[in-house]
Amino acid sequence: MDRPFGLLAELTYACPLHCPYCANPLDLDGYRDELTTAEWLRVLAEARELGVLQLHLSGGEPLQRRDLVQITRTASELGLYTNLITSALGLSARRAEQLRGAGLDHVQISIQAAEPALSDRIAGTPSFGRKITAARLVKELGWPLTLNVVLHRQNIDQLARILDLAEDLGADRIELANTQYYGWAWRNRDWLLPSRAQLDRAEGVVRAAHARLQGRMEIIYVVPDYYSRYPKPCMGGWGRRQLTVVPNGDTLPCPTAHDLPLPRASVREHRLAWIWEHSPLFQSFRGTDWMPEPCRSCDRRDLDFGGCRCQAFLLTGDAARTDPVCHLSPDHAIVAEAVEAANQGCRDGRDGSDSTVVRYRDRRR
Amino acid sequence: MPSTEPMQIDSDLGRPRLAPHVRLTFDPARERHVLLTPEAVTVLNATGAAILGLCDGQRAVTEIVAELHGRYDRVDDAEVRRFLAGLAARGCVEAGHG
Repeated sequence: MDRPFGLLAELTYACPLHCPYCANPLDLDGYRDELTTAEWLRVLAEARELGVLQLHLSGGEPLQRRDLVQITRTASELGLYTNLITSALGLSARRAEQLRGAGLDHVQISIQAAEPALSDRIAGTPSFGRKITAARLVKELGWPLTLNVVLHRQNIDQLARILDLAEDLGADRIELANTQYYGWAWRNRDWLLPSRAQLDRAEGVVRAAHARLQGRMEIIYVVPDYYSRYPKPCMGGWGRRQLTVVPNGDTLPCPTAHDLPLPRASVREHRLAWIWEHSPLFQSFRGTDWMPEPCRSCDRRDLDFGGCRCQAFLLTGDAARTDPVCHLSPDHAIVAEAVEAANQGCRDGRDGSDSTVVRYRDRRR
Repeated sequence: MPSTEPMQIDSDLGRPRLAPHVRLTFDPARERHVLLTPEAVTVLNATGAAILGLCDGQRAVTEIVAELHGRYDRVDDAEVRRFLAGLAARGCVEAGHG
C-alpha cells in the first residue's frame, strides 16, 4: 500500500471570514469538540511514522488555535515541511516571528479579489488591508509567499489586477483555483459558477501572465471541473497520497468527505496507521476494483481515478458512481444543466446573477 | 544553439545551492532521500541525493561532477547537468556565487 505524503490538519473550523465559497461542512456546530494540543502532537508523530512529509496547517483559520506555534514547532522537529494556509487575520508581527522561530517553512495567504471593496464583500468582513500588510510581513521575514485565490463568477473578471497585485507583493507563487462545489460553495453554486465567456477571458490572462512572469512567479491555475471533459484526479487517488484530519479528530481521505455515508474513524479511537490501512472510508474507493462502468473499462481509470467521490455523492446520492463531470458519465446532464444555467443571459459576459441570494458561511444574523 | 547549452547551464547555476524554501532530507519510512517544496515531494534515487548533497553554494557544477567521478564508476556529466537544470527550472535549485 502507498504511504501518504501529505497531512492536511484542519485545526479548527472557527474563522473570522465568511466566504460563500468555503468548502468546510455546513454543519460547523458538529466540529466544535476540537482535538487538544496533546492529541494533535500525537497525530503528528503518528503521521511522520506513517511516511507523511508535508503538513498543511489549515481550517477554518488555523491562527485561531492558541497552540499553533507549539504544533508548528513539534512538526518541524519531526522533520515535517510545514505550510500555513491562512486568511492572515491574526498574523501579527509578534505571532509571525514566533512561527518563524518555530520553524514554519511556508505561508499561503488567501485574497478574495484585487481591491478592498469586492474582497471585503466576498469575505463578509473588512479584511483586505490586513491581508496586504501580512503578505508584506511574510516577505520581510524571508518566507516564500503563496497567494491563494478562489476564482468564481464575482471575482474572475479582476484576474489581471489580482496578478498585478501578486507581482507587487513579490509573491513567489499564486494559486488561482476555480471554485469547487462542496460545502458552502455547493449551496451558493448559482452565485459562483462563472460563464464560459468569463473563463475564456481568464485563460487568456493566465497564458499572458505565464509568459511574462516566467522564472519570477509560479502560477498554478486550476480549471473548473464543471467545464472539463474529464473529471479531476481527485487527491491523486483515494487513500493514496493524502489524508485529512478534521477538528474533532475524524480522519478523511479528502477534505470534503464529511458527508459520505460511510463510518468515519477518529484519531481519538484509532492510530493513524490503522485508519489509513484498514478503515472502511479509506478502503472503499482505493484502487479500481470499486469502479462502475464507464470507468471500469476506461483507459483513463488510472489517470483520473473515476473523479471525485464526494461530487458523485453530492450530485447523484451515490458515492460509487462515475463523477458526473465526466462527459462519459450517465449522469452528466446534471452538470450540463448547471453550466447552461450559468450561461443564460450572460452572452455579453456580464454578471447576470444579481437576483441570486448568497448565503455567507457561518454568519450569525 | 544546442552546442553552447552546457556552458549556459554552468554559468546560470554558478555554484548551485538549494533554494531557501527547499529542504533535502532522508525519509526513514521510505528509506529514500526526498526533496521537500511547498506543494510537492520529490523522492530521489541515490545519485540524485548525492548530487543535491553537493549543492552547497561553494562548489561549481564542474567540481560537483568531478566529486561524483571520485565516488561512482560511471557518471554521465550531461545527465547531472540536465538534472540540475530541471530542478533550477522548477525553482528548487538556484545559482550561488561562492
